[in-house]
Amino acid sequence: MTETITGAQSLVRSLEEVGAEVVFGIPGGAILPAYDPLYDSTKVRHILVRHEQGAGHAAEGYAQASGKVGVCMATSGPGATNLVTPIADAYMDSVPMVAITGQVARPSIGSDAFQEADIAGITLPITKHNFLVQRAEDIPQAIAEAFHLASTGRPGPVLVDLPKDILQETTTFDWPPRIDLPGYKPVTRPHGKQIREAARLIAEARRPVLYVGGGVLKAHASAELRQLAELTGIPVVTTLMARGAFPDSHQQHLGMPGMHGSVAAVTALQKSDLLITLGARFDDRVTGRLDSFAPLAKIIHADIDPAEIGKNREADVPIVGDVREVLRDLIPAVQVEFDADHRADLTGWWRQVDSWRETYPLGYDQPTDGSLAPQYVIERLGAIAGPEAIIAAGVGQHQMWAAQFIKYENPYTWLNSGGAGTMGYAVPAAMGAKVAMPDKLVWAVDGDGCFQMTNQELATCAIEGIPIKVAVINNGNLGMVRQWQTLFYEQRYSNTNLSTHSKGSKQRVPDFVKLADALGCIGLRCESAEDVDATIEKAMSINDQPVVVDFTVGADAMVWPMVAAGTSNDDILAARDLRPAFGDE
Amino acid sequence: MSRHTLSVLVENKPGVLVRVSGLFSRRGFNIESLAVGPTEHPEISRITILVSVEGSALEQVTKQLNKLVNVLKIVELEEKQAVQRELLLVKVKADEASRRDVLQIVELFKAKVADVSPEVLTIELSGRPDKLESMLKMLEPYGIREMVQSGMVALGRGPRSMTQAALRAVERPA
Repeated sequence: MTETITGAQSLVRSLEEVGAEVVFGIPGGAILPAYDPLYDSTKVRHILVRHEQGAGHAAEGYAQASGKVGVCMATSGPGATNLVTPIADAYMDSVPMVAITGQVARPSIGSDAFQEADIAGITLPITKHNFLVQRAEDIPQAIAEAFHLASTGRPGPVLVDLPKDILQETTTFDWPPRIDLPGYKPVTRPHGKQIREAARLIAEARRPVLYVGGGVLKAHASAELRQLAELTGIPVVTTLMARGAFPDSHQQHLGMPGMHGSVAAVTALQKSDLLITLGARFDDRVTGRLDSFAPLAKIIHADIDPAEIGKNREADVPIVGDVREVLRDLIPAVQVEFDADHRADLTGWWRQVDSWRETYPLGYDQPTDGSLAPQYVIERLGAIAGPEAIIAAGVGQHQMWAAQFIKYENPYTWLNSGGAGTMGYAVPAAMGAKVAMPDKLVWAVDGDGCFQMTNQELATCAIEGIPIKVAVINNGNLGMVRQWQTLFYEQRYSNTNLSTHSKGSKQRVPDFVKLADALGCIGLRCESAEDVDATIEKAMSINDQPVVVDFTVGADAMVWPMVAAGTSNDDILAARDLRPAFGDE
Repeated sequence: MSRHTLSVLVENKPGVLVRVSGLFSRRGFNIESLAVGPTEHPEISRITILVSVEGSALEQVTKQLNKLVNVLKIVELEEKQAVQRELLLVKVKADEASRRDVLQIVELFKAKVADVSPEVLTIELSGRPDKLESMLKMLEPYGIREMVQSGMVALGRGPRSMTQAALRAVERPA
């Protein structure tokens, strides 16, 4: 049925029809017409953020926690450009997101009008696709196509730019619109021949590893992954983007590979003869020096994005498809091999893997200066919050420790900025996750550097009733950069001291407890190991307000193990100056 | 490094050329020449791209191009299985003393004189890149005042048409 409404009403109706429940945004001149009908919508909740970057990361957190498309909205010019960072972040981590931006009126486009920016041009390289809508009657189709593109195939961000005059003019509204994307045909069904070939390699491999990436979460394939893992008895590693896709408590789980991965996970990949790669992309942070990565391994590479296959590492068995469908086909195909008595004995491989795991478990030293160990705080936080809690991390040391020392048992409980490494992700992403999952406990694990980039969204949380909890791992420094300065720049600490606290001084700038209070949150502080549990429990007991805990920790703790940038995974250091003995060289 | 000719059918929509050319530069691939124009179907344009890459990188660039939502079809046109043409316009100094010699070169290459003035001839030649290069070399001694060269366009030899399949995709209702 065709109705006559304004372009702005058409936009809001389209968002309602497509099922968007929440929009994170800030109004401004060019998008203003859209905010009028939005005011009346009973189906779409708009959450007024304090900075557009917060809107973008909140949409990401919403999407990553729920699997639904996250939506953010901003005005033209600076409003839109403030979305660039979260859009780039969503692009790198394949997060389904739709960004809606106002644009100056069509007659003004190209004239350097007030608050004009070519946001479609700017976001071309960091969106899956974008639209500059030229006619009011095209709005429903653009919104429908944007949601379709964002959520299918390899998910990603899509931007819809709407000139002000088309929002104001009268148009017709028809739903559902025709989706007309003749060049967009993601392949989801894997090729049977490739599946059989993969099954054959899996059955005969003597040192196989399941190399699991974020694609397994995107495809909702955790259950199928577990089936394949348990059918085959093959060791599993989960990348930074895949934490939670396979239970950490599972005996076959070796942990996270990569620059700060466990010795067992990194080494198993290195020594493997077959990597069963599922929705992972051979990122440089996982492979280390690419030419020496897993030199003896054949590669099965399953991904929904054909361009990932063979991009960094040649695949012996390329499988284009949705990882869940791949696994659903692969499980019976492997069973056929096993039934025909094709099955390599993995006992020797497990003996090797277990010896790495036992000799080089994840761990940390207690600081000798009496300061609080950040790893301990994070470890306790994970234990007390429990496996149902959602953890959103910032970027840096605290992120790595949160990936290492919190045990993830469930999918969609670990949110972070993996590919882009965006400082400031944690607080707004936690906010978005809490909006998507209001009954879940949501902790942001943040650093003092990251926290100072986006903590203004705590005002949003306080006003909108979004009671997240934030653990600021406050070491007074840009910790990961400082770690590199310690290791590679002769301890010349150029511009890494943030002075949020320092030894022998009472000064705290800012004082995070006071800041929390000013933002309408409860502020707590913890400075010693014996207070850690009680402080976390206190924070957990407050559910009607956001809580910020300033965990004041030492500055010298470092993230180990580590594969230094540009070096081979063979040169992993389990701790400073400690290269594992692999007994074979 | 070797040269490859990619024939890319795209939806005829604003900004498509930027999407395609931007992808090349941001992924670090070098475009040697590019020509864009309409096809026999108004909703489809054809971009012909000459790119210098190694074999595995060509596969990567093709896959990345295929991910662009407005790209309908990509075919690599092998040199031997395709008709390839570039267009050259060149102004050559040709006064009374040299005009006869220059015209002889024009004839030799089956080129055309597109414009005449007392001092200068504007010569037009279409053909494969090596043919254009040879004529330019011959004309150089007389003095080239100005020249312009188009990107290469190409079509596969034989009766088959790559637009047919792409067109079916465009017309198919969703």
